[in-house]
Amino acid sequence: MAEGIIKVKAKSMGEKTQVKMMAKHIMETGQRKDKTTGETIPALYLQELSVVHAGKVVFAANMSTPVSKNPYFSFTFLGGAEGEELLISWKENTGKSATEVAKIR
Amino acid sequence: MSMTRRSVIKAIATSGALLGLGVLSPRLAFAAWNEKAFRAKDQGTAMQELLGGEPQPSAEILLKAPDIAENGAVVPVTVSSTLSGVESISLFVEDNPTPLAVEFLLPPGTDADISTRIRMGKTSKITAVIKAEGKLYSAVKEVKVTIGGCGG
Repeated sequence: MAEGIIKVKAKSMGEKTQVKMMAKHIMETGQRKDKTTGETIPALYLQELSVVHAGKVVFAANMSTPVSKNPYFSFTFLGGAEGEELLISWKENTGKSATEVAKIR
Repeated sequence: MSMTRRSVIKAIATSGALLGLGVLSPRLAFAAWNEKAFRAKDQGTAMQELLGGEPQPSAEILLKAPDIAENGAVVPVTVSSTLSGVESISLFVEDNPTPLAVEFLLPPGTDADISTRIRMGKTSKITAVIKAEGKLYSAVKEVKVTIGGCGG
């Protein structure tokens, strides 16, 4: 599996699971200029992110460049237990996408 | 930062291939990325395109953000609500070049309580819009920005 960009802290808290995650991503806005060439740096950002637990989507986000570099999200869902897996899928504006796996602790 | 030349180059290299194989790019979210809404340059258009209406102010939404953000590049925002049947939470920054920042889709079982970090180009109002049981509600907070986070 390719090196992931998503760091996840998923903690089982009784009936619920709290998820905190950060995607290592530049979220380039497409508005900055290269200081040496003066050319605009093209936009490069995460567009979609979803988290699946036990075959069910528990969280999804559509986003654009007003989301900070290294996007951070936290949420809590009903269900989940220690040792179970979360599947985190993401997609860039370039079309690049991947799915990563994290364990609930 | 170690992110990264390598991953950026890889992104560029693989994106072409993935676009060609449209079949392989999974439909991740249950509402697709709304291009018109995310590219809209004013908040009214973005809201209309994304949600198809105007929200009513609601005291049942708690929008937490700093009064003053020293660094507009990273403004922490938390939205929670006591409304029932929350389907989505969207965040708009009125004075950003494109106001719509993010749309969270919350299936039943996921709490209406999310946190994230957004960019603000300058002092602006942040609006959180919640769709619950088909209706739209909003909460607004102004955040003063000392150093903008959009430009170079």
